[in-house]
Amino acid sequence: MSNTIAVPAAAAVDEPYRGPVVVATNVTRRYGEGPTAVEALRGVSLDVQRGQLTAVMGPSGSGKSTLMHLLAGLDRPTSGKITIEGTEISKLGDNELTKLRRKYIGFVFQFFNLLPMLTAEENVLLPLTIAGEKPDRKWTKELLDRIGLDDRRTHRPAELSGGQQQRVAIGRALASRPAIVFADEPTGNLDSSTSGEILGLMRESVDAYRQTTVMVTHDPRAAAIADRILFLDDGLIVKELHGRSEQHDVIAVMEDLAAR
Amino acid sequence: MIRVTLKGLAGRRLRALLTALAIVLGVAMMSGTFVLTDTINGAFTSIFTESYKNADAVISGKTAFTNHNGNNVQAPSLPQSLVAKVKAMPDVQAAAGSVSDDRTKLVGRDGKVITSGGAPQLAFSVDPTADQRFNPLVLTAGSWPSGPHEVAIDSHVASSKHYKVGDTIGVESRGPVRHFRIAGIVKLPGVSIGGATMAVFDTATAQGLLNRVGKVDLIRVQARHGVSTPKLIRELKRVLPPSAQVRDTSAQVKEDKKGVSSFTSFIQGFLLAFAGISLFVGSFVIANTLSITVAQRVREFATLRTIGATRRQILRSVVVEALVIGILGSLAGLFLGLLLAKGLKAVFAATGFDLPSAATVFQARTIVVCLLVGTLITLFASLRPAFRATRVPPIAAVREGAELPPGRFARFAPILSAATLALGVLLLGYGVLAHGLTTVNRLSALGVGVLLLFFGVSANASRLVRPLASVLAWPATRIGGAAGALARENTMRNPKRTASTASALMIGLALVTFVAILGQGLRSSFESAVNGLFKGDYALTSQSTFAPLTISAEQAVRHARNVTVVSGIRAGSARYFDSTENLTGVDSQLAKVVQLDWKEGSAAVPAHLGRNGTFVDDKFAKKHHLHLGSRLTIETPTGHLLHLRVKGIFRLPKGGSPFAPVSISNSLFDANYINPENEMVFLNVRGGVTDENTKALEQPLKDFADAKIQTASQFKKNFEKPINKILYLLYVLLALSVVVSLFGIVNTLVLTVYERTRELGMLRAVGMTRSQTRSMIRHESIVTSLIGAALGMMVGVFLALLVTHALSSNGIVFAVPWLSLVYFVLAAIVIGIVAAIWPARRAAGLNVLEALQYE
Repeated sequence: MSNTIAVPAAAAVDEPYRGPVVVATNVTRRYGEGPTAVEALRGVSLDVQRGQLTAVMGPSGSGKSTLMHLLAGLDRPTSGKITIEGTEISKLGDNELTKLRRKYIGFVFQFFNLLPMLTAEENVLLPLTIAGEKPDRKWTKELLDRIGLDDRRTHRPAELSGGQQQRVAIGRALASRPAIVFADEPTGNLDSSTSGEILGLMRESVDAYRQTTVMVTHDPRAAAIADRILFLDDGLIVKELHGRSEQHDVIAVMEDLAAR
Repeated sequence: MIRVTLKGLAGRRLRALLTALAIVLGVAMMSGTFVLTDTINGAFTSIFTESYKNADAVISGKTAFTNHNGNNVQAPSLPQSLVAKVKAMPDVQAAAGSVSDDRTKLVGRDGKVITSGGAPQLAFSVDPTADQRFNPLVLTAGSWPSGPHEVAIDSHVASSKHYKVGDTIGVESRGPVRHFRIAGIVKLPGVSIGGATMAVFDTATAQGLLNRVGKVDLIRVQARHGVSTPKLIRELKRVLPPSAQVRDTSAQVKEDKKGVSSFTSFIQGFLLAFAGISLFVGSFVIANTLSITVAQRVREFATLRTIGATRRQILRSVVVEALVIGILGSLAGLFLGLLLAKGLKAVFAATGFDLPSAATVFQARTIVVCLLVGTLITLFASLRPAFRATRVPPIAAVREGAELPPGRFARFAPILSAATLALGVLLLGYGVLAHGLTTVNRLSALGVGVLLLFFGVSANASRLVRPLASVLAWPATRIGGAAGALARENTMRNPKRTASTASALMIGLALVTFVAILGQGLRSSFESAVNGLFKGDYALTSQSTFAPLTISAEQAVRHARNVTVVSGIRAGSARYFDSTENLTGVDSQLAKVVQLDWKEGSAAVPAHLGRNGTFVDDKFAKKHHLHLGSRLTIETPTGHLLHLRVKGIFRLPKGGSPFAPVSISNSLFDANYINPENEMVFLNVRGGVTDENTKALEQPLKDFADAKIQTASQFKKNFEKPINKILYLLYVLLALSVVVSLFGIVNTLVLTVYERTRELGMLRAVGMTRSQTRSMIRHESIVTSLIGAALGMMVGVFLALLVTHALSSNGIVFAVPWLSLVYFVLAAIVIGIVAAIWPARRAAGLNVLEALQYE
């Protein structure tokens, strides 16, 4: 049953899609209606380039989480258009979206969201299990090596530290070799030295597998590992830094935004 | 994915166990019922089969009909000469005649009948001089009885009443008590005969004792080697008189078992109904428990959805979980049922039905039905929570404190639940009040109506939780202080959850209340009926008041001092208008002791019935268009036709008639029935009820151990006893469903404590003591339980109102047994306290620091 869902239209074309992994055009998102409505995004356009780590920054309430939810197909825009790997997602039904997530998207959460009764290895392989695919033994081994938990594969989340849990979560996001990984404040629940390790691992995955990644964060240190940083404020992209930025440059922009 | 589901289930073992408990009891009841009734049936089969051992055919007296649900039908005996005639037939290897009876009482040293409820009091004859091939009994001590002064008794009575060979014991059959020397102790090998007793005599003694001189009741026949049973039966038929019949042994066993089979299938249906109630309550508990666990797993479902799980996979995972829980719960219930069967038997024994037993019978049907029903009910109860789980959007994975989104039809919920309730009430009203419905239609309307009523009340209950809780929790806030106040708030914060937890209890309490009110109504209508009808000074009955009594007791009391009227009422069976019914015989002086309301004819009718008169009740008369002078023909068990003329029609008393639809004179009755017996005898005495008169009446009866002289008021009281007994039995059986709902409260509390770990840590951190924590949980439990009780009593009162209204023409009044209701409220409080014990301990035992860090 797992594999009987209709394949999204664009995935079926003969020519592999080579454009930006995610394209957002004039996206708005309004919550509620009438006078109490909140305009979380007020017209955002962007594309996420293949093989890049894009960081989305901004003060709380800037709309950065909303943007990520929209880009990942977890939420629907009020207006505008979003495509993932060339497929327009705002019109997809639930089953098609699910299939799309299976094929193209990996998630890393702030609170790890591991299944407590599964071992580290089972958690990592869960996306493949759900899709009814057989995990490639070589790839599994490499993945577990990469996240540095080969010796703890049989441990359950409760027996792992926060950092180790997030490593498992990153392994899970990479397991199906998705086109894009969305990370939602991946260091938000970790101490600073563990955060450093996790950021190192994320950067590694971009370098080693050309893993396109979008990371929402308010941690300037996290943003500093990105290839590109988008700054959001009040529902709009207000600044963009290209190439690797230094931590103090990021802080400067943030202070700038806070002062406005 | 299934593997992931099963792992998850294993990870939540406690919750799975709690959920499964809800189904275990219902299934156990079902399995216990099957095992019990199958075992009883098996025991009777082996008793009857054993009693015809080595016989190929059995000759017995022929009756025109049998009446399994009414008065005893006594078969005519056979001439003893028939035995020799059969023996002499060339194809007969052996034949033996015997007499038997099921009303021969053993009388203990205290002069009282050794009895256990309505179990048969058996008597048999044996022939110790003949070969014992047909004798089903074995001696465990002593020897076979021989001569007019010896008896053998069964080993159960011997051991429980401490009789041994050489002792003397009383026997009362068709006359006063006679004393016999115990020559031997006997038993039927392989089975227990339950509450039945056995007295065994040699043939001549038995014939004398049972009024069967020169007669036998049964002839067991063994065919010569090589002769087939059908051939034997064909030959036997040729020599039999018209009053005799012959059957092969298995047909005879089947015939003997008929009464038993209808009894066990009644018990089976009766007990299965209670299993059904428990399962119904269990389905509420399961649905509720699963709803809570699904709500607690929102984050997990959402995460699964983000990493590619489809809605169908989520649905399947919850349903598979329920399936596993259902199968495990049903399996546990199935085996628990084996134990419960013994418990049920004990309950029956305690209420006076000690049933025979042999090896436990565990049929494949029991296994299949129990597993199937238990699993399907669990599965069905899981559907709603499972569909709710599919509504969890993937975005819930990134939201803190995400809640279960409302179902797709949530906005129709208020209308739907109101409509369910209304439909339930309408169907009930229709079923109760509509005229001219067939029984099937009426019962279906009532059944579906009650189900809908329960669903409807449960669905609407969430709106009643706040008002009910604020009233019912008032004592809690007084007693429990801050903890009580918090408890009240806790019951109100998720009204749906509180409502569905309370609803499970509501069902049990509704039924208990209904039964209590109906019982009260029955009791009072009975009371007034009995008061209105009986106007004699004394009643002479058997010790149990309801079993028939030999007419020699009536004859014995006739000449007591001061007696002016002795009026026996005989009980028998007859066939009329193509149906087997009870028949009553009355005395010419009936009008002096029983007051009937004559519609046609007068109080003089009973005195002038003569040899062809009858009087009937007005309902029967209306149904068959009978009037004064109408002709009516009835058939007696021996096949005689009695041509009668209607001489009177009386109005059926509200609360029940002491008479069968058709009554004849005692003289006609005695001429046509073998060993006639009195249902009761009424007496008038000069001077009325006095101690002296009582003594004077008891004096001639001292040799009748089973006879009992009661004053009119004692007699009336005794009439109520069986109602109370049945009420208690119903309470015990309904208690099962109440226990299931108690598990429901435990489940909800445990899951709630788990969910509020952090909050409990916070409360403890700001100064709540462990005992306050416990008291908070306890009060929450009590309030929930009281809400269930309040809802249940309302529903119960409503149902009772409807039914008493419908039965008002039978004199059933609506009378509320207030004291019982107070007990039910107390019981609800106890249920709340008991349900809270374990969850409260868990809550109080939480480590404050860990609880605060709990995520």
